[in-house]
Amino acid sequence: MDAPVLAVEDLGKSFGAVRAVDGLSFSVRPGAVTGFLGPNGAGKTTTLRMLLGLTRPTQGRALIAGRPYGEHPVPARLVGAALEASGFHPGRTGLAHLEVYAAQAGVDRARCRELIEMVGLGGAATRRVGGYSMGMRQRLGLATALLTDPPAIVLDEPTNGLDPEGIRWMRWLMRTFAAEGRTVLVSSHLLSEVQHTVDDVVIIARGRLVAASSLADLSAQTVPLTYVEAPDRPAFDRLCADRGWAGRPDGGGVLLEGVAAADVGAAAYRSGVELHQLVSRGGDLEDLFLRMTGEQR
Amino acid sequence: MRNALLAEYRKVVSTRLWWILLGALAAYLAFVGGVLAFSIVFAPDDQALPVSGEQAAAGVYGLINAIGYVFPLVIGSLLVTAEFRYQTITESLLVEPRRGVLLGGKLLVAVPLGLLYGVVGMVALVGTTAPLLAWRGEGAYLTDPDVLVVISLGVLVTALWAVIGVAFGAVVPNQVAAIVVLLAFTQFVEPIARLALGAFELTSSVARFLPGAAADGLIGVSLIGEMGGGSGDLLPRWAALLVLVAYAVALAAVGRATTLRRDIG
Repeated sequence: MDAPVLAVEDLGKSFGAVRAVDGLSFSVRPGAVTGFLGPNGAGKTTTLRMLLGLTRPTQGRALIAGRPYGEHPVPARLVGAALEASGFHPGRTGLAHLEVYAAQAGVDRARCRELIEMVGLGGAATRRVGGYSMGMRQRLGLATALLTDPPAIVLDEPTNGLDPEGIRWMRWLMRTFAAEGRTVLVSSHLLSEVQHTVDDVVIIARGRLVAASSLADLSAQTVPLTYVEAPDRPAFDRLCADRGWAGRPDGGGVLLEGVAAADVGAAAYRSGVELHQLVSRGGDLEDLFLRMTGEQR
Repeated sequence: MRNALLAEYRKVVSTRLWWILLGALAAYLAFVGGVLAFSIVFAPDDQALPVSGEQAAAGVYGLINAIGYVFPLVIGSLLVTAEFRYQTITESLLVEPRRGVLLGGKLLVAVPLGLLYGVVGMVALVGTTAPLLAWRGEGAYLTDPDVLVVISLGVLVTALWAVIGVAFGAVVPNQVAAIVVLLAFTQFVEPIARLALGAFELTSSVARFLPGAAADGLIGVSLIGEMGGGSGDLLPRWAALLVLVAYAVALAAVGRATTLRRDIG
């Protein structure tokens, strides 16, 4: 599959005095799932809208395979997108909704039927969308994005409103798309939501790029946390002070940030400080994400 | 463009409003037409309406424009405003980012939709009024060439109204605002403006260019004029057609340059 690279170059968008997106540059490669992350209001949706030609950038460019979305002859054949704010006419049935956009994209009706079954709405195909649950709308939006069987897929908060089983299915689907060689870009305001699905991450905050790397590289930046219980607290506190470790009380013990469990164990052994518990809490990605995006926990 | 047309066609027929409005148009025309025809044929001689014969028949059949035009205008505007109300405009522009093509598809699909409204409305109107006129009046004139022209143009002008409705919807994409403005203009502002402008020598020729008056000019009958309530002075048919097309083109151009230029979302 010849899937396109999605790229933004020095992309910016101002709404009056507000810079919603500010000099953003990153690219999204085929054959992988890329998580597009940031807190609510970070500019994710605005960026996606510029990428998809719905909003005009005030600075820079957003490109699909090297060209702006609207300059492709039939961009819907290249990129399928399910955006959060995209709506449905409540009086139209799910199947009719698909058929409207299938007509525009030059896709036949058989494909609509096939897709509505595939996203699990076969039984509700001829019911009006007005009666659909949030999760069903999410599934219908996905089916619309997949109409042309596109090599690139953009999903905006796709797990919102889905039940746990639906979330697992959505994650499996994204992995499958990436394995097929497609370009998959998925936005979320929670890293933990996509942590087990994405290969790469692009993190933004207040319209600016915070990080763009593989998930593995991001994990390497996480700060280790070690939980310690020592019966002789004054002795342990002296040890921490000697080493310059900052600890904060946590339950019956102390939580040391930025120190690996092995280092604590070795130091305690050498100084003869007795330990009753020494637990590595591991680097918390979500913590790192919140710190990077400047959110308070 | 073929794809855009098919998509717009499916958008219309996959919701219920088009046939609800169509039914309302038919019922409304049958009722008002029936009442008018009734009052023409049963008026006592000393209170007879100042119309008779062929003029009466043409005037009654012309009601499709005189009172019916708000229906094609509204359905036309809904083709655009529903996209904004339900935010389907996002999906529509994802699949067809050429915004002129999207608007063009809507303007074009309004033609057959408007013709359907015209045909059904005219059948309802003629169906109730012709028997009355033939039975007690001076005839239904359904074989009279001049009256047949009025009937045909009445259908055609309904299609034009639907197209103008689409163009208007592109200028006022807020659905509630669009409907309020259309109702206020067609039911209140324009009738009063026609009467007021028509009352003075200096302005009466201006009144002919109001959209409703131009449409009366196209079909060639004006009930308001014939009842003596205002300017019976109409544009010639060719000029009236040009004026109506100009309204559609101007509104569509404004809509394309404003609503459809803006960022979506």
